[in-house]
Amino acid sequence: MAQGQMVPGIVSGRLSSDELTSNFTDLHPPLAGHEAAVAADRCYFCYDAPCVTACPTDIDIPLFMRQIQAGQPEAAGETILTQNILGGMCARVCPTETLCEEACVRETAEGAPVEIGRLQRYATDSVMTAGDHPFERAAPTGKTVAVIGAGPAGLACAHRLAMLGHDVVIHESKPKPGGLNEYGIAAYKSTNDFAQVEVDWLLKIGGITIETGSVLGESISLDGLVEAYDAVFLSIGLAGVNALRTQGADLDGVRHAVDFISDVRQADDLAHLPVGRNVVVIGGGMTAVDAAVKSKLLGAEHVTIAYRRGRDAMGASRYEQDLAASHGVKIMTNVQPVMVHGDGAAAEIELEYTASHDGKLTGTGEVIRIAADQVLKAIGQTLEGAPEGLALDGSKIAVDDAGRTSMTGIWAGGDCATGGDDLTVTAVAEGRDAAMDIHAKLTA
Amino acid sequence: MADLKTNFLGIESPNPYWLASAPPTDKEYNVRRAFEAGWGGVVWKTLGSEGPPVVNVNGPRYGAIYGADRRLLGLNNIELITDRPLEVNLEEMARVKADYPDRALIASIMVPCEEEAWKAILPRVEETGADGIELNFGCPHGMSERGMGSAVGQVPEYIEMVTRWCKKYYDRPVIVKLTPNITDVRKPAEAAKNGGADAVSLINTINSITSVNLDTLSPEPSIDGKGSHGGYCGPAVKPIALSMVSEIARAEATHGLPISGIGGVTTWRDAAEFMALGCGTVQVCTAAMTYGFKIIDELTAGLSKWMDEKGYTDVSQVVGLAVPNVTDWKYLNLNYVAKAKIDQDQCIKCGRCYAACEDTSHQAISMSADRVFEVMDDECVACNLCVDVCPVDGCISMVPMAAGEVDPRTGQEVQPEYANWTTHPNNPMSKAAE
Repeated sequence: MAQGQMVPGIVSGRLSSDELTSNFTDLHPPLAGHEAAVAADRCYFCYDAPCVTACPTDIDIPLFMRQIQAGQPEAAGETILTQNILGGMCARVCPTETLCEEACVRETAEGAPVEIGRLQRYATDSVMTAGDHPFERAAPTGKTVAVIGAGPAGLACAHRLAMLGHDVVIHESKPKPGGLNEYGIAAYKSTNDFAQVEVDWLLKIGGITIETGSVLGESISLDGLVEAYDAVFLSIGLAGVNALRTQGADLDGVRHAVDFISDVRQADDLAHLPVGRNVVVIGGGMTAVDAAVKSKLLGAEHVTIAYRRGRDAMGASRYEQDLAASHGVKIMTNVQPVMVHGDGAAAEIELEYTASHDGKLTGTGEVIRIAADQVLKAIGQTLEGAPEGLALDGSKIAVDDAGRTSMTGIWAGGDCATGGDDLTVTAVAEGRDAAMDIHAKLTA
Repeated sequence: MADLKTNFLGIESPNPYWLASAPPTDKEYNVRRAFEAGWGGVVWKTLGSEGPPVVNVNGPRYGAIYGADRRLLGLNNIELITDRPLEVNLEEMARVKADYPDRALIASIMVPCEEEAWKAILPRVEETGADGIELNFGCPHGMSERGMGSAVGQVPEYIEMVTRWCKKYYDRPVIVKLTPNITDVRKPAEAAKNGGADAVSLINTINSITSVNLDTLSPEPSIDGKGSHGGYCGPAVKPIALSMVSEIARAEATHGLPISGIGGVTTWRDAAEFMALGCGTVQVCTAAMTYGFKIIDELTAGLSKWMDEKGYTDVSQVVGLAVPNVTDWKYLNLNYVAKAKIDQDQCIKCGRCYAACEDTSHQAISMSADRVFEVMDDECVACNLCVDVCPVDGCISMVPMAAGEVDPRTGQEVQPEYANWTTHPNNPMSKAAE
């Protein structure tokens, strides 16, 4: 029996199993064949298409649209996967509204772009549903490469290297591969265990071994890897989280949004997953939106996103903001946390209004207190556990355009490295491109 | 609202929209539904000689091609003439005509190319009270293998001969339906006129195979793994029909011969175009078969509204208006110079104009790094391809140059007077302008 939204505190089972199942179904259901044909037909086959330019992995979008129109979705899928081996996940999680679909000329013309994301899913699904893996390995090179981290960058790098004939061992600290695809992406964007399905499909190329529970700095060391392998690719992501320097941040009920999201992704039964009645999410990025929407879907009565700057500065796209709003999440902007109040556990959060002067944010002194039995911190992730000796640029591992770090024989990509946005699709591009450079080096 | 009342060969109908001789007009039931829906007339599905009726295949009779969202663009069929007994059809026709005296009811006929056959059937048709007959010299499939349909329509001498028989044994208007499966449609039209035809109707369907099934390798529509060419119709054939109609309308020998236009009429606009090219009525089939009889509401309202806007009060005022503007290429004004102009405010930067011009035409459109597309007047020959491929209606237009301006492509001043190929210096046959 569902407890309901009104029960105070952080409790599980606010909604019935049926409600939870319904809430966590696909955000965008897959397109059926005719729908896909009609949607793909809207593509104008632009010259030097802006959507391709906008795609970090340079997928030939007009070509795959034409292949869908011409009745060969599998060929369309191959076009996508050739550029982006995680094209299936990217079809689900890419912020297309700020990438390809924003650039689509039909967005300019009608405010209604070609549904590139959904069509990419249609195409890649048709490849994966058929069980085909349309790529083959080149003749063995005898070289072995270590990839640290089985997230999007690591997987993309490993697949490309394996395809080029190298043997790859991926060291992954978590129990499952996939990285943020498995532990971080919003559940309603990646249903039916898609992250693992995709990894299994990707591994069909052969030549890739994944060792889980293999932690850099503990069971393995960079020196050891450099010695044992011909090249090393670091894709360790951002394992750390920024601390909330606010009084009361140590109260029960205050936790990192990424941990909450991971719990949702890994839950065997969402009915057993506790969530507050009044949830406040601190932050303004995709993680904040994901955590807020998930809280709502789990049955929280009130969910508020509190962001210290204006709406335009939010990391979450307007589409994501609207998604949150449509689920009943309240977005407060220009407020910063001052203190979490509560007797042992969070009960209220005190927020101070902010104003921006010459780009500098200051509190106005005016405060507001709102009920908060759960506070989720989504104020950014940081690089953690980067090996000694690697040059950093700001807070990330410094790499050049080819993904080379300051140390010979070591490449890096994905969120842990400089360059590009922290997006799945960007990580895939970086992993792929680093693989090409590693290959060039190893076969020179 | 403009009155759409039509008088064609003395046959009156409340509007110029007739249903063509085809499956929609095969039975009393369908025709009554059509008249209730508001159709001006019908050409009853083609009658054959008395005796055992023809049989049809028992598998697919139609094949189609589609545009976006499965919009039907072209339809072909391998159905024959009516497969119901002559007597049944004649009885039904008489009943329907009696109940709908204000509608046009035309009998389509196809019997062997023998005088006796025509002599036998014509009085029977006359008894039904039908307003006229249409000689089916057009169907390209099945019946043509038996020496009828387009087999007759492709031989002008036969057309003239049969038309003559019909005029001899039948007192009401005779319309000859022409096949497009011929090199010069003016010849059969002229033959029909010489035989005494009151009008021609065209086009009948075009020989076609809609597709090949790549699994079975059978043409479509497929009957047990085999296919036969069928008659093609629908929106895709309209341009061919318009051209053939215009040729008859403007030819010296046939100018003024009443025409009932057929071929892909789908909206009021299509009808208006056929009428402007000289058609007194239009016949519709595929659009009705695709959407049902209710489309007549749009067809009539649309035509009426357009006539109101243009100040026409009677459909006869529209007939033939565009005929004087159909000419031979050699008479086109070679002193007319236009240039493509891209409206940057409307441009959505797809670059289709650029790809088309750069890859397949005259390299007359430039593309900047930030995707601004501009016409280079010194290269533009005004071919119109950019206009045709642009997805935004009205974004690219062809702007005529004024006399006295210098065409940057040729360096020549645009001349004010009309001059065509017949007098052009490059034409070896040209006569020097006196």
